[in-house]
Amino acid sequence: MYQYDEYDQKLVDERVAQFRDQTRRFLAGELPDDEYRMLRLRNGLYVQRFAPMLRIAVPYGLLAAKQLRMLGHIARTYDKGYGHLTTRQNIQFNWPTLESVPDILADLATVQMHAIQTSGNCIRNFTSDHLAGVAADELVDPRPYCEIARQWATLHPEFNWLPRKFKIAMSSSTTDRAATRVHDIGVHIIKNEAGELGYTIYVGGGLGRTPIIGVKIRDFLPEADLLSYCEAVLRVYNRLGRRDNIYKARIKILVKETGPVKFAEMVEAEWAQIKDSYLKLTSADLDRVKQHFGSPAYAADAASDTSYAQQLASNGRFSAWTRRNLKAHRVPGYSAVFASLKAKGVAPGDIDAAQLDAVADLADRYSFGEVRVTHTQNLVFADVQQKDLYPLWQALAGIGLATPNIGLLTDVICCPGLDFCSLSNASSIAVAEEIFERFENLDDQHDIGEMKLNMSGCMNGCGHHSVGHIGILGVDKKGEEWYQITLGGSSSNDASLGDRTGPSVSRADIANAVQNLIETYLDVRMSEDESFLACYRRVGMPPFKTRLYAKVEAEA
Amino acid sequence: MSTTLIRNLQVEADDYTLLADDAALPASGKLIVSYARWHAEREALLASGLVIGLKIPNTVDVATVLPEIAERPLIELDFPSFPDGRAYSQARLLAERFQFKGELRATGKAVVRDQFQFLLRCGFNSFELRDGQDPAACLAAVHEFSVPYQQAADHAEPVFMRRRHGAA
Repeated sequence: MYQYDEYDQKLVDERVAQFRDQTRRFLAGELPDDEYRMLRLRNGLYVQRFAPMLRIAVPYGLLAAKQLRMLGHIARTYDKGYGHLTTRQNIQFNWPTLESVPDILADLATVQMHAIQTSGNCIRNFTSDHLAGVAADELVDPRPYCEIARQWATLHPEFNWLPRKFKIAMSSSTTDRAATRVHDIGVHIIKNEAGELGYTIYVGGGLGRTPIIGVKIRDFLPEADLLSYCEAVLRVYNRLGRRDNIYKARIKILVKETGPVKFAEMVEAEWAQIKDSYLKLTSADLDRVKQHFGSPAYAADAASDTSYAQQLASNGRFSAWTRRNLKAHRVPGYSAVFASLKAKGVAPGDIDAAQLDAVADLADRYSFGEVRVTHTQNLVFADVQQKDLYPLWQALAGIGLATPNIGLLTDVICCPGLDFCSLSNASSIAVAEEIFERFENLDDQHDIGEMKLNMSGCMNGCGHHSVGHIGILGVDKKGEEWYQITLGGSSSNDASLGDRTGPSVSRADIANAVQNLIETYLDVRMSEDESFLACYRRVGMPPFKTRLYAKVEAEA
Repeated sequence: MSTTLIRNLQVEADDYTLLADDAALPASGKLIVSYARWHAEREALLASGLVIGLKIPNTVDVATVLPEIAERPLIELDFPSFPDGRAYSQARLLAERFQFKGELRATGKAVVRDQFQFLLRCGFNSFELRDGQDPAACLAAVHEFSVPYQQAADHAEPVFMRRRHGAA
């Protein structure tokens, strides 16, 4: 993975010193509340319902073992012993004191980590494919491009005070695992007909209050021009994005109001002015970063191991886990292994200090000392030999991270909800727990098959409800929790926004409602091979709606 | 009420006076007039022989109005609120693309120590500090970050150039 050089380290150290001084001045009454708020947000520090929340950047989701251990140390020393993985591959801590945050940042800087631009109206963490570098359907590893762009965006003098937050995701595979079409800029790394590397550029996607799927504004952008094109998009946005209404300030509204064709013309006109500037990447620039992402030393004889086949044959629980939580690897004899953070009784995405330490040790032992955070709030050991799968599974089971539910109904994407967030209308975690209990039986879940159940506590959509196959959104009705349901969303290649079923359902009915939708699907699907999403797209809303509301009323 | 002016990294007395749109022209001096007034009365203002700088709202596309403003000795760009960053883009275009050589002045609610280095990097060479700002602290903030990732109008050598040289 990328290793800081003296410059990267110096910048992070200087940011710690700057933030320490900003915090000191705030506590001394020298910096107005409102200004400190905007400055601390640019360093990932929110003030939440009960305490500050610090969001730490995990660029494109990649973590080294020593970084995991540092996160464990932070959880123990400054927090209540656990952190929370986010849908943008970051990790956040919900209980630090404001006064301790400069020290946390100083600790993070010793392992090449920071919280720069993890919130605020600026360019946020770059996200990417959690299977980058190992997926069979990948054209090139997207992470060097993410890293180059990360550096360009970090403390960018012109784009630190945008109309609204700005999120960029990159993907380089046939299957989009980075939800690029619901980002402000989505970058698909491709080859053109001449075999040259480059990018297809999408803009204006986003979730939240006005979910929109991004539109393509350029079919092919040459590899050297990534930064100049992003700069052109940002400059147009900084100049013309709305600042009169926070709900209309994202670039998606500008693209929509301007029209994608006109917007693309403005970007192209700006880009023409800067494409041959210093922003053009040289092959040396690219090579320098790419060399940090070379293949690890894979064992040539990994596939000749026979113990794996024996364990599969003799251990049903192990073999069930491998069917669900492994993904194919491009190197024979290796797999990418998902550690599920969706266990019964635990808030989705939560991980405690002991687990962080244990994951670090397992990464060192079995996966070249690295793990990835997925946007579905799980962890991936990307490079595990088949002979190590059984001991890894045992170890993960021992720390509660081996629930065999990746991609199934209980692999819920969920925001922290009322338990932490001052914006939320919904106790998302409790609802997730109730759904977990109802569908805990794995045989049933396997029968239901591939399912994305996404839940957000408010319209800001941190839980990506708009792109869930089933989406659940918490809404407030006269101080009571209600839940609006959508069906048929997707953040993959076939990206689409879910359709609302109709009136929202009550807190008491939400788990029943999900069950009714699942039962409807099981009744109307053509076969076990037709997924919930495919089934919904074929039959449409009526059968789901009829059953959902008939049952809710009958039970109400 | 006097404000503190930093120009070319020195605290200096402000030799310009901001002229209200409905005020009569004085007999002599250096003035800052609004872009709207300049646009409407340019011939008369030029004929007056006065030294005239412009205050340009952050909603103006500087590329479009460049022929009208390029020759002025001073252009003042406004930050009407702390988080409104439009003038950063205006400044970079003027300083970098259009090679504006006059005084490029930042005014408004973002002209504070915490944004000072960003302002400088985007090409401002003159700063009308917001009330209550310590000029010494602002000048110290110029050195807050010593290794910028981006090339910008301040000509600080960015990290990628240092790396290119280091590798050569």
